[in-house]
Amino acid sequence: MLRIECPWCGIRNEDEFSYGGDASVQRPTDDASQDDWYDYVYTRNNPAGRHSEYWHHANGCRAWIKVERDTVSHEIFSVTPASPNLPSGNRED
Amino acid sequence: MHYSGFHLLKQALTGNRGWTRAWRNPEPKKQYDVIIIGGGGHGLATAYYLARLHGITNVAVLEKGYIGGGNTGRNTTIVRSNYMLNPNSQFYEHSMKLWEGLSQDLNYNVMFSQRGVLNLIHSDAQRDGFARRGNTMRLNGVDAVMHNLEGVKKLMPHLDFSKNTRFPVQGGLAQPRGGTARHDAVAWGYARGADRLGVDIIQKCEVTGIKRDGDRIVGVETSRGFIGAGQVGVAVAGNSSRVFDMVGMKLPIESHVLQAFVTEGIKPLVDTVCTFGAGHFYISQSDKGGLVFGGDIDGWNTYAQRGNLPTFNHVVAGGVTMMPCLARLRVLRQWGGVMDMSMDGTPIIGKTSIDNLYMNGGWCYGGFKATPASGWVFAHTIAHDKPHALNAEFTLERFREGNMIDEKGVGASPKAH
Ligand SMILES: Cc1cc2nc3c(=O)[nH]c(=O)nc-3n(C[C@H](O)[C@H](O)[C@H](O)COP(=O)(O)OP(=O)(O)OC[C@H]3O[C@@H](n4cnc5c(N)ncnc54)[C@H](O)[C@@H]3O)c2cc1C
Ligand SMILES: [Zn+2]
Repeated sequence: MLRIECPWCGIRNEDEFSYGGDASVQRPTDDASQDDWYDYVYTRNNPAGRHSEYWHHANGCRAWIKVERDTVSHEIFSVTPASPNLPSGNRED
Repeated sequence: MHYSGFHLLKQALTGNRGWTRAWRNPEPKKQYDVIIIGGGGHGLATAYYLARLHGITNVAVLEKGYIGGGNTGRNTTIVRSNYMLNPNSQFYEHSMKLWEGLSQDLNYNVMFSQRGVLNLIHSDAQRDGFARRGNTMRLNGVDAVMHNLEGVKKLMPHLDFSKNTRFPVQGGLAQPRGGTARHDAVAWGYARGADRLGVDIIQKCEVTGIKRDGDRIVGVETSRGFIGAGQVGVAVAGNSSRVFDMVGMKLPIESHVLQAFVTEGIKPLVDTVCTFGAGHFYISQSDKGGLVFGGDIDGWNTYAQRGNLPTFNHVVAGGVTMMPCLARLRVLRQWGGVMDMSMDGTPIIGKTSIDNLYMNGGWCYGGFKATPASGWVFAHTIAHDKPHALNAEFTLERFREGNMIDEKGVGASPKAH
């Protein structure tokens, strides 16, 4: 069971969240090459180790967050709002 | 040593002291014609068919742990060929035919049991979908039988047929020739068969690098030193991305964990393989009496061969909904295996952009049933340096070209079965 510290709700169980996949993947511009689009849609680095990934706090505050996690030990290094435009959480404790 | 009834009797009468080891434990040679990375069922079957059908015997299988210690020895052993899309249907049916003669071919009992696979139907739309699948299977020469409720009751009398159940069963689509096999025996049987034909099976030998000279592979760096190779085939399932990273190739694959569960042993209760149609749950009973079951992958990237509680709860909830009597049983064992989830749910078997490097992976969670055909076509691909008709469409390029084989019809997703 992962325990993920939502920036808004605090530490919650994994089953409150749904997984959004690799957060390092960047959407190419509309006129990008076929290869860039192939990479974006299909290929993944799929590392054994540090992985940056999106999660959705679906059964909580419904915010999207970005988690840095080790795919072998499952250790979580950091949790931040998914979008840099969002405030970095308003939890007071 | 050839195994036979006579031999068994002789050993029984002489205290079983005459059995010899089933395969050698050789030191790696300096150079092989072909190196297969990964001693799971697929790697071992590939080596066996290379030697047996193509006369290529200067072959080594390199396994980082012990053979069958990966997904081959961790799966729920369901064998079926009830696919609908074209290359899948022919490929898995070829595998089914190989299963039907495998114990004889290998002179090793893989305990292949054609007890049937029954997929339950819970809605009208699902019945239409399954009827279409069943008809497609029959047109492709694969056996399929539609059952109404009475038929299902005969096959699986302990399902919840009560009036108020949440997902009433309406019928089922069965493949009578489907079933289960003993997973360890498949690894051991192929290992023994390959070894008898001269293949070196080298355990505790992890490949840590792939050495190139220009645009060709010349060999592999391993935990037991450098080993030269004319051709290299990779069959490492959940570790595919890591091994191809050694040559800078990025794959359309994510690694996820799938769990399996076994209950305490009980008297015969489930004598077919049965799958729930309103959730993801599949169950069969082992010869020792334990009920073997599983469901979805945990759903987030991992290389840890262990599962997590939320998925266990989810799988069991589905199981108990389908078959309430399961709630009385204790689960004795649970484990996980790392799945090579491809982006269309279909395997990749073929050549790569490097001339003498070949790929076998992307099995998602259905590669055990494929083991014989996977080895068979991969051996052909390596021996002829070109795919067999049966795997010609399982290319790595299909994603780039837009030729996905998307059995589930869900688009690019590393979560298709
Ligand atoms: C819980 C579970 C249930 C499943 N249920 C079913 C089912 O019911 N039916 C079905 O058809 N399929 C099922 N599967 C899928 C099936 O088990 C796999 O697709 C299949 O066994 C893959 O075989 P393989 O030989 O490719 O991989 P593996 O058996 O995993 O073999 C790969 C081997 O490569 C080795 N390796 C990895 N990296 C290196 C390296 N760098 N150097 C040397 N060796 C290396 C590993 O140690 C491993 O032994 C299930 C899987 C799991 C985990
Ligand atoms: Zn939250």
